Amino acid sequence: MSNEIQKFQDPGLPEHVHRKTDVDPKAADRAERQVSILFVLSALSTALAIYAYVFISDEIFFFLPIMGDTNAHQLFLGLGMAFSLLFIGLGLVHWAKNLMPDTEVIAERHEFRSPDEDRADFVRTVKEQAGAAGLGRRSLIKRTLGLALGASALTPIVLLRDLGPLPGKELEKTSWKTGTRLVTDPGDRPIRPEDLEVGAVAQVLPELEPGKVRHLYDIAKDAVLLIRLRPSEFQLDAERLSWTYDGIIAFSKICSHMGCAVALYEQQTKHLLCPCHQSTFDVTRAAKVIFGPAARPLPQLAITVDSDGNLVAQRPFNEPVGPSFWERSS
Amino acid sequence: MKKAERIGGNVASYVDDRTGAAKWLRKNLTKVFPDHWSFMLGEIVLYSFVILLLSGTFLTFWFDPSQREVVYEGSYEPLQDIKMSAAYASALHISFDVRGGLLMRQIHHWSALLFMAGMIAHLMRVFFTGAFRKPREANWLIGVGLVTLGIVEGFLGYSLPDDLLSGTGVRIAEAIIQALPVVGSYLAFFAFGGAFPGEAFIPRIYTVHVLLLPAAFLALITIHLMLVWYQKHTQYPGPGRTEKNVVGYPLMPIYMAKAGGFFFIVFGVTALLGALASINPIWLYGPYNPGQVSAGSQPDFYMGWLDGLVRMFPPLESYVLGYTISWNILIPGLIIPGILFTLMALYPFIESWMTGDKSEHHLLDRPRNNPNRTAIGAMSLSFVLVTLINGGNDLLATHFDLTINQIMWFSRIGVIVIPPLVFVITKRICLSLQRADREKVLHGRETGRLVMLPHGEFVEIHEELTPAEKFTLTQHLQPKALVVPDTDANGVKNPQGIKGKIRARFSQAHVEQIPAPTESEAKALGSGHH
Ligand code: HEM
Ligand code: FES
Repeated sequence: MSNEIQKFQDPGLPEHVHRKTDVDPKAADRAERQVSILFVLSALSTALAIYAYVFISDEIFFFLPIMGDTNAHQLFLGLGMAFSLLFIGLGLVHWAKNLMPDTEVIAERHEFRSPDEDRADFVRTVKEQAGAAGLGRRSLIKRTLGLALGASALTPIVLLRDLGPLPGKELEKTSWKTGTRLVTDPGDRPIRPEDLEVGAVAQVLPELEPGKVRHLYDIAKDAVLLIRLRPSEFQLDAERLSWTYDGIIAFSKICSHMGCAVALYEQQTKHLLCPCHQSTFDVTRAAKVIFGPAARPLPQLAITVDSDGNLVAQRPFNEPVGPSFWERSS
Repeated sequence: MKKAERIGGNVASYVDDRTGAAKWLRKNLTKVFPDHWSFMLGEIVLYSFVILLLSGTFLTFWFDPSQREVVYEGSYEPLQDIKMSAAYASALHISFDVRGGLLMRQIHHWSALLFMAGMIAHLMRVFFTGAFRKPREANWLIGVGLVTLGIVEGFLGYSLPDDLLSGTGVRIAEAIIQALPVVGSYLAFFAFGGAFPGEAFIPRIYTVHVLLLPAAFLALITIHLMLVWYQKHTQYPGPGRTEKNVVGYPLMPIYMAKAGGFFFIVFGVTALLGALASINPIWLYGPYNPGQVSAGSQPDFYMGWLDGLVRMFPPLESYVLGYTISWNILIPGLIIPGILFTLMALYPFIESWMTGDKSEHHLLDRPRNNPNRTAIGAMSLSFVLVTLINGGNDLLATHFDLTINQIMWFSRIGVIVIPPLVFVITKRICLSLQRADREKVLHGRETGRLVMLPHGEFVEIHEELTPAEKFTLTQHLQPKALVVPDTDANGVKNPQGIKGKIRARFSQAHVEQIPAPTESEAKALGSGHH
């Protein structure tokens, strides 16, 4: 008796089992009919799609459970197209499974590694070629070629320069200036303290200078939220308190995290919430971050009223609004 | 039949007269492909790519990639007379005024989801079966490249309609660019042609979405499939299947018919989804305006995990010498995903370093037979899953009556604790499955039938496995751990240093498994019984 450990042997490929369609011509004929029926159904579905495209008005809606109000034109066009494709697919697969030869075949696989001799030849050739080109010895050529190739890659990069202007101080400025009136968004109407009740919120923008238009890139930095509290509810230092007016406090609406609009105000808690990553800012404490990934409070805009009683900015923001960037100094 | 054969013969001669390719074509037309449901995942990806090309081309006929401001005058009442970009207006036009336009938009979006989901499923199949091992490392790398480009392509496509939801996503992408140290604000100004949002971004990403990336996909997929063709497909172990052969069906006609049929089925299912299931109803969101936002905004699932990472990250920012570094953006937005994808790309090389295995593999592993790899895969999935859950924290909070705070702390702790736990548990499960296999081979399969022995004891009847089943359950390799010598021939201690020790430790973990039963063992057991 040998001591060698014997593994379970490979019994080899199991014997081929014939399908019903292989042995019974009737079954084969039936399968052929089934395949043809599937193809005919596909053609009928295409007819449905074309009928829907031409004849069903896209103004007809009807109610379907789960889907709610459904547009008939869209639905039947889609169903027609879907079923015309599905039936072709099902027909082909049914055909392949039942009528095409299904004997498994074995193909040999060969190791990718070449025979040792060929390989040694190949390696030698590559070595010789490298030697003939003098890559090992002529290091001056090698280095200057490296320099040339590296340098040539600079041109396409330089060519991209005109994709946009340099940022300069753009990211640090907004349109708010000393005395800029706050106007409603939408509506562009000046706003007075008495327009806001305690607990109310309003979105405002800086009043446009005559002849100027408002671009989206302006709004992306200028949008401001006004919130009115009772003055006693603030927990601010004297300076920040002087930036409010009669319980009205103004913050940049652009999130200090990644720039979404901080749109949700919770009246009971006096929290501002950014829906993007849920950074939460406490209005009573100068928009201090109390939750979420934002690292800085929302910049506060100092406001007051002008001689006509309209709310105006005391001065520009004293820090850049929106998400951080490298050159931002705090 | 006769007529078909004659025509076929004529075509073959015509082609050969002009190319001399008879031998090559004969060989390739009868190429053998193994059959298994999990091999269809890659096919799904290929077909959804074709559907994306077709439906996307249809959309380009009406889509106007411009951020020029227009006033909407189409047939969707609620947005009448509202100012918006031409891009958004044309997306509304496609949805409401081009017959079949909405259907095509929905087909395009559903097939994009299928493309991404299919790629991830295919990647998992390749990972868990070890199909990435030598000689298929290049195809694994191409695959990782495709997933990465797929995420970018999906994000760009989602951004094109310029609605409030997608514009918010673009704003976040801009903040990530802007957060890059030193070059951030420059790159952001170059990308957007000035201050965000500008009017240059949509036209630019349009070129990338419809030309640059699709061309890259086409090239990579072509190389990918040529390699599959040339290297021949892997196969699952079983009777008659060895490292030296491929068992399956010939390309012509049966494999072609099945694959062609499957293409139509995938297309049909996508069209059915497009007809029945509404996706991305942009008219409900309104045009993009940086001063507004839609509550509960959710990206597509393949971006959701990144969003979840960003949401859970603590508010860290440093100010150094008058400059700002936003760790709260850089780490979750770039550094962690970068590390994950690099590790994923390098995995085939890491595994072969750990095991010292440099041989070719064409037989796939059953996932349980490589417990360490399976556990690594499950661990990585669990990490992404926790971040994905946190990406939907607002939805979860409203649906399950939790607070965002609870979900965030669950995710922050979970993302660190759960993956190692999953690793350990998965490895245990694999080992007990191996034990169960061993039992089955040595003692037969439990039948659930009880018989009473003469002396009153009940025993369950065990049914012996067939030789084919026994072979399938025992054929896998039984690798040994690498041994690192304590001293080399010259008496130098620890010749490979600390690196050698680490490698030996990893290798030990990687080969851990239950010994496969052998015929000899079975015989010994059998003789013991009698
Ligand atoms: C556009 C995306 C992709 C397409 C169209 C695609 C298509 C395919 C197809 C049709 C096959 C042959 C059948 C199969 O095994 O499913 C295949 C094999 C393969 N794919 Fe992909 N694939 C894609 C992405 C990926 C990804 C993301 C990975 C992994 C990171 C990957 C890695 C592989 C490998 C290693 C093989 C050879 C596997 C074997 O022979 O068993 N592919 N691919
Ligand atoms: S953008 Fe506001 S929390 Fe991220």
